[in-house]
Amino acid sequence: MSSTFLLAKAQEVQEASGAAGSAWLLIAFPLLGAAVLLFGGKATNAWGHLLGCATVIASFVYGAILFFASTGLPEEERVQNLHVFDWIPVGQLQVDFGLRIDPLSISFVLLITGVGALIHIYSIGYMADDPDRRRFFGYFNLFVAAMLILVLGNSFVSLYLGWEGVGLASYLLIGWYTNRPSAATAAKKAFLMNRVGDVGLAIAIFILFAELGTTQYTEVFANLDQLSPASITAITILLLLGACGKSGQVPLQAWLPDAMEGPTPVSALIHAATMVTAGVYLVARANPIYMMSEDGRLVVTLVGAVTLLVGSIIGCAYDDIKKVLAYSTVSQIGYMMLAVGLGPFGFALGIMHLLTHGFFKAGLFLGAGSVMHAMNDDVDMRRYGGLWRVMPITFATFGLGYLALIGIPPFSGFFSKDAIIEAAFGAEGWRGWVFGGAALLGAFLTAFYMTRLMFMTFFGKKRWEELKSEDGRDYHPHEAKPVMWVPMAVLAIGSIGAGWFFSSGERLAAWLSPTLGELQEAEHTAIPHSLVPILTVVLSVLGVLLAWLVVGRRDVPVVKPEPVSFPVRAARRDLYGNALNEALVARPGTWLTRALVYVDNKGVDGLVNGIAAGFGGSSGRLRRMQTGFVRSYAASMLAGSILVLIAFLAVRYA
Amino acid sequence: MLEPASSSSGGAALLVALLLIPLVGAIVVAFLRDNDRLAKQVALGFSIVEFVVMVISWISYDPSGARMQQAFSVDWIPTLGVHLSFGIDGIALVMIAALALLVPVIIGAGWTDKLPADRSAGAFLSLILLQQAITVGAFAATDVFVFYVLFEVMLIPMYFLIGQYGGARRQYAAVKFFLYSFLGGMIMLASAIGAYVQAADTLGEGTFDWATLVQVVSNAPLENQIWIFLGFFLAFAVKAPLVPLHTWLPDAAAEAPITVSVILIGVLDKVGTFGFLRYLLPMTPDASKTLAPLVLIMGVAGVIYGALLATGQRDMKRLLAYVSIAHFGFIALGIFAFSAQSETGAVSYMLNHSISTGMLILVVGMVIARGGSSLIADYGGLAKITPALAGVFLVAGLASLSLPGTNSFISEFLVLVGSYGNEPVYTIIATVGMIFAALYILWLYQRIFHGPVRGNALVDVTGGPGTAIAPEVGARKAILDLSGREKLVLAPLLVLVLGIGFYPKPVLDVITPTVDATLSSVGISDGGN
Repeated sequence: MSSTFLLAKAQEVQEASGAAGSAWLLIAFPLLGAAVLLFGGKATNAWGHLLGCATVIASFVYGAILFFASTGLPEEERVQNLHVFDWIPVGQLQVDFGLRIDPLSISFVLLITGVGALIHIYSIGYMADDPDRRRFFGYFNLFVAAMLILVLGNSFVSLYLGWEGVGLASYLLIGWYTNRPSAATAAKKAFLMNRVGDVGLAIAIFILFAELGTTQYTEVFANLDQLSPASITAITILLLLGACGKSGQVPLQAWLPDAMEGPTPVSALIHAATMVTAGVYLVARANPIYMMSEDGRLVVTLVGAVTLLVGSIIGCAYDDIKKVLAYSTVSQIGYMMLAVGLGPFGFALGIMHLLTHGFFKAGLFLGAGSVMHAMNDDVDMRRYGGLWRVMPITFATFGLGYLALIGIPPFSGFFSKDAIIEAAFGAEGWRGWVFGGAALLGAFLTAFYMTRLMFMTFFGKKRWEELKSEDGRDYHPHEAKPVMWVPMAVLAIGSIGAGWFFSSGERLAAWLSPTLGELQEAEHTAIPHSLVPILTVVLSVLGVLLAWLVVGRRDVPVVKPEPVSFPVRAARRDLYGNALNEALVARPGTWLTRALVYVDNKGVDGLVNGIAAGFGGSSGRLRRMQTGFVRSYAASMLAGSILVLIAFLAVRYA
Repeated sequence: MLEPASSSSGGAALLVALLLIPLVGAIVVAFLRDNDRLAKQVALGFSIVEFVVMVISWISYDPSGARMQQAFSVDWIPTLGVHLSFGIDGIALVMIAALALLVPVIIGAGWTDKLPADRSAGAFLSLILLQQAITVGAFAATDVFVFYVLFEVMLIPMYFLIGQYGGARRQYAAVKFFLYSFLGGMIMLASAIGAYVQAADTLGEGTFDWATLVQVVSNAPLENQIWIFLGFFLAFAVKAPLVPLHTWLPDAAAEAPITVSVILIGVLDKVGTFGFLRYLLPMTPDASKTLAPLVLIMGVAGVIYGALLATGQRDMKRLLAYVSIAHFGFIALGIFAFSAQSETGAVSYMLNHSISTGMLILVVGMVIARGGSSLIADYGGLAKITPALAGVFLVAGLASLSLPGTNSFISEFLVLVGSYGNEPVYTIIATVGMIFAALYILWLYQRIFHGPVRGNALVDVTGGPGTAIAPEVGARKAILDLSGREKLVLAPLLVLVLGIGFYPKPVLDVITPTVDATLSSVGISDGGN
């Protein structure tokens, strides 16, 4: 079946040559940039941001060369392996620092460096007033390098290197505004929740080494038949745990909205377009393993379906523009997870949505950043309103991203999301109904919360005219500088055309097939194929209409209305995700730690002191006695040793 | 005078130099008690020469050569079969290297430290060099009796270093340190004598020669092996330290001067885990396998217990002690999981822990030197005043939580990936320790460096310890970022943290053959599967 087909493919791995033979340069450029910017100190302040952009652009150009070199090759030679150096060689364990250059990794390289370069350029303007802008670009370059290691690595261990590397960059950048205690807390939370996922990824690697003696993709995929079904299922679940951490999927979703504490370009690049999609990449990369476990795939699909609903429900309740976009990201990655969980029916579709989402969500975040810049860094949409007149370019580019996200044809999100919904309805039996239904409902909710955001931000009364920001300044919204709006415009072009470009003639699916196998279409679907796009569009339009009824046709109150119904209250509280973490993990953990500190000081230590005291009377007296005893003992021992030494020398050399 | 031992592959002069340079240095520096500046310069000079000799010794060490290299032997107590014999294998080499690296670093780091009123730098540095000489001897000894003597004598300089140069409760800490280790050592002596008797019974003539005892005891009945194992194990488990024998370390670390803590936690404690590898596994292979679950439980308990306790500490120095207790748990797991990867991981952990934890202790010391308090609550927002210090602190912290790309990741990954095959349950529990490691390090970093500048270590205010105040209430104290000397001291550690993280091969290549030899004495060849 398809799994044997994939295994056959996995063995046709070429040694990289030509342009691919120097593919390590992709990583070296931004890594060098990070090193210069972080260790160079103030001397690099003047031109640091330009270097930061240049390294990423250089990688993008090299990535494009690789892409065209690869398309020139026959399909069966497009999966290439490049050995760079021996990284961890111990006996049977031979971990290379090596790269795998194939359609999947090249697609990611282009996304990371392309969108990355645009956001780097945008940041020149966005971070212009920050005295530490040079360090910001250093961290940003570090992120790009780590993300490229993640997608280019040829083994699960090099993936892990990139995986924690991007986590570090994310940690540093979420905590960027060091004046805000909330930023530091959010950064730590992100790192910790990611580490929970990383434990899963790590244990999966341990199982692979214990049972197959290797962690390299080519060798693992070629020997999967040696694994027991139980091991396969365990690995799929453990990898998924890692994916949930990195990609903000239920139950590890709570860190991603908090991550919005970071500067907005960070939210755009790391927490929307690239890093948070690494979980989808992981499942797609491990597709030969997931092909062997139907249970594993089912769990992936379930996580995706639940997350897309959770994200879109909470997105309806927030007034913070970045948090709405963050929950939107959680929800959209849910769609991608749902897709890759469908196996051969969805791997390529998940990646397609990942790419189109990368464009339009990055554009939306950059637009949000432009709005915040105009509004004294305020994120509360209740204080916005009527901004489309003041910042027409931001409005236009944001609007295009909006249409792409809610899936209105012919914008890019329509093609990628509709394809996933169709595939979800194609799942067998009850699954088709449940997954298809969840995906459709998600489309409706997405249209609602995004339209609400559009109304509150760009339309209606200019509520900010009568308000002052927290620091007492008036609002003087203005259009962004060209260095910021040009990248927004480029991304908006992607929001218009990318979906059609990828999906026409199944162009992207065909390109990815050497890595992901042929995209298949279900023969029976819960509802007819042709009906799905119509239903999707109708539900999206209904979502828009509902938003107009609830938000658009009346004035938005500046103060959040209270009290509200239970569902709204629950959504405002992240559906109690944080409360659950608090009750199940944080509080018991604190108690346990306190108890242990007490026991260690009084108990374990006290026991030892107590036993000693039992022999020597009261512990105070004991201490004095011991002190005298030890000092004289030590001194006499020292004297004795010296005597022995002298005696020895005397005997030998007399 | 010095006849090379049969297993020698030449180069004995190097090892003799490694033993004598710090010893001579200690004697010379002891005579310079009137001139602190000169004493520091001379001590630094000796430690740098020792470092250079160590580098030469490393280069001339042949990983594929004999088990004990640069070896020599001199009769000491012929009637008891005691010889002053020394030699190095890959494991001893990396530990001697760690010490040779750290001693000049701490002399540089402590250059401007104020000593107690009536103490001189000469006496302090003389003790440090003496400590180095004895510790090198303990790692290099190939005679069990000599090892025992050095294992005990090792306590003496450390006792005075803590007891005379430490903090307020230094006497209590020093005594506790001494008693724990000394009693452990006494029990080890009983086992060493047991091994001697075993040899006398088998060969008709007692000996303390390590290689001979390995031959004899490893073939002894399980019951005898177990008794011998337990005596050695107790001494090593106190030293390492494993939970629940750990309670001396937090006190010692809290009271010892920072530079002494670096040596104590960075190297001295590893004599314990070194002993597991050099004595327990080869001499008592059957007992080691039988009693492995005991050690594994203690190790894994240490990983979790140490991490939780570290999270709950208010004092930075105590926190570091508990961090190390967690790390020693990983090392014990790696050693007693008996696979080539886990064992190599454990040995590289011993080296990498010296580097990364050594660096972390030093930067914590630099924080304390600036704020004059080791209480975490006295700090806040320090990154604003000292960004470079914040940067190196973070790097050292990330190395401690084993972030990939740092040296510690290589070791922790090897320990875990190698242990999983034989001990999946213990490995999974230890892996969860990774989460706690992130918690205590990042939380520590957040409390000291993030947020607005606050805390009465950094701001002049009246109020009790831990007073959290808004920045406008008092004036910032005059605190400077890293000095040139501090940067110079940290630079080699930083280079090693990242260098070994990305290219550990030179270290692994030295360790692996000795680990393979150790494992084959337990009857295992290339484990992991």
